[in-house]
Amino acid sequence: MRNITGKQLTVGGAVLALVIILPLLIVPFGQHVLIITCIFAMCGVAWNIMGGYAGMFSFGQAAFFGIGAYTSSFLLMTFNVSPWIGLVAGGIISSLAAAAIGYPCSNLRGHYFAIASIAFAEIVRIFFNNWEMVGAAEGLTIPMLKGSLANFIFNSSKLPYCYIIMAFLLLALVVCRLVSTSKMGYYLRAIKESHEVAQVLGVNVVRYRLYAIMISAFLTAMAGSFYAQYILYIDPASVMILAVSVQIVLVAMLGGANTVLGPVVGAAILIPFSEYSRAWLGYKGTGFDMIIYGALITAISMYRPSGVWGAITALVQREK
Amino acid sequence: MNASLLLDVQGVSKYFGGLRANEDISFQVRGGQILSIIGPNGAGKSTLFNCITGFHRLDKGRVLFKGLDITNRKPHTIGKLGAVRTFQIAQVISDMTVLENVMTGGFLRHVRVRDVRLNAEEVLAFTGLMAKRNYNAQALSVSDKKRLEVSMALAMEPELLMLDESMAGLTTVELREMIELIRKVRARGITIVVVEHVMEAVMELSDRVLVLNSGRKIAEGSPKEVVADREVIRAYLGDRYDAVCQ
Amino acid sequence: MEMLAQQLIDGVLIGLVYSLLAIGLTLIWGVMNVVNFAHGEFLMIGMFLSYWLYTLAGVDPLFSIPFNAVALFLLGMFIYRFIISKVMTGPLLAQLVVTFGISIFLANFAAFIWTPDYREIGHTLLSGTWHISGIILSVPKVVSSIGSILTSFALFWFLRHSRTGKAILAVEMDREAALIMGINTERINSLSFGIGCGLVGVGGALLATHYYIYPFVGGTFGLICFCIVALGGFGSIEGAFIAGIIVGVAQTVGGYIFDPAYKLAIVFLIYLITVWIRPQGLLGW
Repeated sequence: MRNITGKQLTVGGAVLALVIILPLLIVPFGQHVLIITCIFAMCGVAWNIMGGYAGMFSFGQAAFFGIGAYTSSFLLMTFNVSPWIGLVAGGIISSLAAAAIGYPCSNLRGHYFAIASIAFAEIVRIFFNNWEMVGAAEGLTIPMLKGSLANFIFNSSKLPYCYIIMAFLLLALVVCRLVSTSKMGYYLRAIKESHEVAQVLGVNVVRYRLYAIMISAFLTAMAGSFYAQYILYIDPASVMILAVSVQIVLVAMLGGANTVLGPVVGAAILIPFSEYSRAWLGYKGTGFDMIIYGALITAISMYRPSGVWGAITALVQREK
Repeated sequence: MNASLLLDVQGVSKYFGGLRANEDISFQVRGGQILSIIGPNGAGKSTLFNCITGFHRLDKGRVLFKGLDITNRKPHTIGKLGAVRTFQIAQVISDMTVLENVMTGGFLRHVRVRDVRLNAEEVLAFTGLMAKRNYNAQALSVSDKKRLEVSMALAMEPELLMLDESMAGLTTVELREMIELIRKVRARGITIVVVEHVMEAVMELSDRVLVLNSGRKIAEGSPKEVVADREVIRAYLGDRYDAVCQ
Repeated sequence: MEMLAQQLIDGVLIGLVYSLLAIGLTLIWGVMNVVNFAHGEFLMIGMFLSYWLYTLAGVDPLFSIPFNAVALFLLGMFIYRFIISKVMTGPLLAQLVVTFGISIFLANFAAFIWTPDYREIGHTLLSGTWHISGIILSVPKVVSSIGSILTSFALFWFLRHSRTGKAILAVEMDREAALIMGINTERINSLSFGIGCGLVGVGGALLATHYYIYPFVGGTFGLICFCIVALGGFGSIEGAFIAGIIVGVAQTVGGYIFDPAYKLAIVFLIYLITVWIRPQGLLGW
């Protein structure tokens, strides 16, 4: 919403260069962490569109993530559909599911919406857990085809995955920015303030809420499809659980729930932390890393509830 | 200025269970007029606004705007037709700046963000909030918030502006400024209906006054006529005062 | 038909325990507008307290009830005072997330110190089964239900007839009015959170007699409680009581009619349908 200054352009350029070089400089586990970080950053950005801007705090994004993952995987395994097409199909189906749940929930706000989203996601998870056609609790193992861009599989190196997910993340950021600076962004913020105010301003609240949910679901599903092609195994317990949804919310909240880049920052802090602490501390199944994670979340809510992004920009402002 | 019939309220009734919030209320507003709706607390003024603008379903009656039947239409469609209302407690969008708030209204009439911004700036210059355009809306004083609400409405290029107690809680100076603002708005060609308690404003601004009491219309006329009306006096001050006045 | 009756009865029995848990949650919600996502974890702590008292000191779970109630009450007040109260003035999102944080912390801490293993309490004072005209009644379950009812009614009585209780109800109905009346709303918040946790502590003792005890047992109970609170009406204690029974029955009967695997899905569906049709729940305002 503000014009880009020359200084911002240089900083942006430097960051971009760094981002492009980074995957080449780190070890495979680091690349893995980078990939997971980008996946969650993308989901966080998608969450922001409905949560940060429109005030629809969804704790059920895992449902869309999972629907995306399952759709592309199922289409690939049953009909030999390219994952690239399956990805789009997953997005569409997710959007439709989002509209189906979003419409009846049009009047729900705050806590009520949050719990409805949890209820929805749990219903989806339970169904998938019992649906033989998609492997029920055992999930789907995506076949390891010959490594190629067309097949969306790379066996020898994680690098292509790194760059693809970064491109996806960029797409999500662009979409988010477009939304935020357009009529829709203004209208969503009005909706967040109050349905009455929005209506008086001429906003069709039901319609705009649906737009937000559907866009959010589409992007989240894309991330899910990517995840499926990367990990090559999905089951309801890994892609559709509440913990995934909560993680997505945290990423957005920690970074700054009302900003475009916030979730990227949030993911950059939270995901490496949880991945590395799991690797170092969680190996005995003791869950020590999760103890710290829980404490961290609590602390963030108490001391930095509006996220880190605000603090960073404030710091930058002060240095001018 | 258009002297045609802009708003035609016919026999509007609204009940909440046994409570008759509005009972058979009818009135007309011609283009370019300022109509004030007054009455003791609980008379049903805000309910009437809600009925006209689609926030309540009518139990009886019709509302015609520019000849169109807008009875029970969804609230968000009313703005597009040209009627905008404000709220008793000024509702603005807290996490936006003043300018962004006004722009949100402007998107109803303009497509390109640049046009919306220009329109918003013009409105802010008109209402005197230009200097504060980058303030966070939350940080404004009560008086400025009301001014902002009016600005948001103006950005929607309304033909009819409905103000719900825009004078409440203002200091003497702020009151003066608000009265001036409303005059300016009317001079721009916009018809205005206000719900008001502050009699000073009512007397100064109104072409016509409507008095409600216990859900019913008990008087209608010029400000002078209405103030002298016995029923009005009785409604506001009670039977004993009326008896004393005899 | 007999099978259906069995399911119905079992549903009522478990439902009554749900009621107790949900009442605690709705109290917290009604008084301070906080969704306690860690509710299930407090239950888990209660269950473990009873377990350890039994295993280490031979105390029958039923006798651990007072201990649990007090311990969880204090824990609840502690957590309110030092954590929750700090986010009350912040954004809604932070309030939603903080209790998630607490729940993750508590569940994993328990797993860390007690291992994630499943445990159960073997022989309690009142155990075994009764057979009444073809229906099998598990004694511990019946005792739990009765304990639930007694505790719930004790709470009703406390809220309606004690000074503090009335203050709590006042805050629940209209916080600002209560404040103006001179009620110390911070203290009421703290007390209510404590009582909500205390109730769950009692529930934990009751459940420990016949339920598996493990660090992650709280998750599902927590989610079910939300559905119950919503169904009954946010803030309505009577509503939570009735809704608990409805959900218990829906779960068992639904699982019997459709498929046990979908028991939870049915509960969630009931929540969704309720808030679509009647956002304020059955008895909410």
